[in-house]
Amino acid sequence: MIETFELRKVFGGRGGGTIAVDGVTLDVGRGEVFGFLGPNGAGKTTTIKMLLGLVHVTSGTARVLGLAPGEPAAMARVGFLPEHFRFPAWLGAAEFLDLHARLYGMPDARRRSRIPELLERVGLADRAATCLGEFSKGMSQRIGLAQALLNEPELVILDEPTSGLDPLGRREVMEIIRELRAAGTTVFLNSHLLSEVESTCDRIAVIKRGRIARTGSLDDLAGAQLEVDVRAEGITPEIRARIEAQARIARADGAHLTLIVKNAERLPFLTAALVDGGARLYSFAPRRLSLEEMFVRIMEESDAADSGPPMPKGPAR
Amino acid sequence: MNSIGTITLMTFREAHRRRLVLTVAIMSLVFLALFTLGFYFVHKNAQFTIVGERPEVMNFFLLTGLYVVNFLVVVLTVLASVDAIAGEISSGTIQTTVTKPLRRWKIVIGKWLGLAAMLCVFVVVMSVAMIGIVYGISRYVPPSPVQGIALMMLEGLVILSISILGGTRLTTLANGVVVFMLYALAFISGWIEQIGAFMRNETLSSIGIVISLIMPSESLWRRAAYLMQPPTIRQLGFGPFATATAPSGVMVAYSALYAAVLMVFAIRVFRRRDL
Repeated sequence: MIETFELRKVFGGRGGGTIAVDGVTLDVGRGEVFGFLGPNGAGKTTTIKMLLGLVHVTSGTARVLGLAPGEPAAMARVGFLPEHFRFPAWLGAAEFLDLHARLYGMPDARRRSRIPELLERVGLADRAATCLGEFSKGMSQRIGLAQALLNEPELVILDEPTSGLDPLGRREVMEIIRELRAAGTTVFLNSHLLSEVESTCDRIAVIKRGRIARTGSLDDLAGAQLEVDVRAEGITPEIRARIEAQARIARADGAHLTLIVKNAERLPFLTAALVDGGARLYSFAPRRLSLEEMFVRIMEESDAADSGPPMPKGPAR
Repeated sequence: MNSIGTITLMTFREAHRRRLVLTVAIMSLVFLALFTLGFYFVHKNAQFTIVGERPEVMNFFLLTGLYVVNFLVVVLTVLASVDAIAGEISSGTIQTTVTKPLRRWKIVIGKWLGLAAMLCVFVVVMSVAMIGIVYGISRYVPPSPVQGIALMMLEGLVILSISILGGTRLTTLANGVVVFMLYALAFISGWIEQIGAFMRNETLSSIGIVISLIMPSESLWRRAAYLMQPPTIRQLGFGPFATATAPSGVMVAYSALYAAVLMVFAIRVFRRRDL
């Protein structure tokens, strides 16, 4: 659905421009809910804008539904909710949707059935005639979402869809994303809110200063990795060596060790190494790293690590 | 309906909802009512003076009225269009439009068409009303009214094209400044050109002509005024609306081409722009 290769954007042109996106390679498959994570200013919105043809690509390539970004034939099958969605304040909700449906070339009869249906879906059925200027932040975000679903898109691109929403509104948006996934729609979700990505996305990419720092499924990235809190006395150098064969020792403070383990299969080997080696084991507490911890870790990685080789692409589709 | 038509429809809807249409209609009615009153008394008094009901006198007052209409066309065109693209870019509403299945040039053309249609309606309604008022009171009809009205429309379209082009690149405020400054420049150049012709000073004339080429709007008005004047005033050659050297038909063709080229540029700039 989306393929990019070494996508790059430099704003300000010749000479000292600002690099917003610096070689982003992505591959989003059909039916996937793909989370694009990164701190503010990392280049998420610019990447999305390049995918939509809003911003011109400096170098690299991008294909959306097999076509060049912004190509009308592709845009007919794409829905987009911009960040901080803005609208003409003088239009009524239904009228706004009607005008945008016309831009999709939707025939009259289809518009008459589709618009009330969408207003219902985003919970604005009773506000069809209300001017958008009178809408609250949450309501305008919802009308923006309805606008992105007008054409029953195959690919929906959402840029921070829950920004400015209260927890209830946020939950409603998440619910719509889950419905889209159930219907087989591909969703590209731009977000800096880890919880919403964690609860909806199949696969994620983490962008940091214009570059992809990690990409993969949620399990690959966060779920599988474990942090083990160990309290044990009498750890000999031999035991330590056996532990290091299975795990990375993140911290060692007397009898207190913090281990990072790649997956749960290695846990029995670790307890065996400790007990068989004669250490007195008081506690052994493994826990999964949350996406948030993973995210913080990636953000804290040194700049030297950033300039290393680009991370491998996600599974090809 | 195709997408250009939809963009045009959005432009009409915006003008209507933002009370632009209503406000202009009310103010225009007030203006026409005052003009009627003024002209009625001028006409009534003129009958008892030495000048009498000479067509030159009627023409002078009609052209005064049309000159105000012309000025209103310029101002209203700028006010209505200066924000058309620049405003949507800065507010971000353009993002939902551009990401629909349509090419960017259609947005530019659609907006231009919507504003152009409103502008032409304004020119026709106001000019016809004014000519009608003068005719109703004094039975005076100016020469070539159709060409005159068409030229005023073209002037509005030139201004509109400049403003649309500016809107693809500049902020609303900067765009407004540029268009009005160009208009002022053209206005001055008209006078320079006329004074030059009157004094037979070729340098002055040339300066005026060069500026008219940079901004042809004012020469269109001068040609309109020239065509709508009785021959006697044309020969007099100098006066508030008289033109010693009426811009030629070539200037009209040049202006139409000028507007078209500006629109081509507007489309190019808008297509290349990051939104």
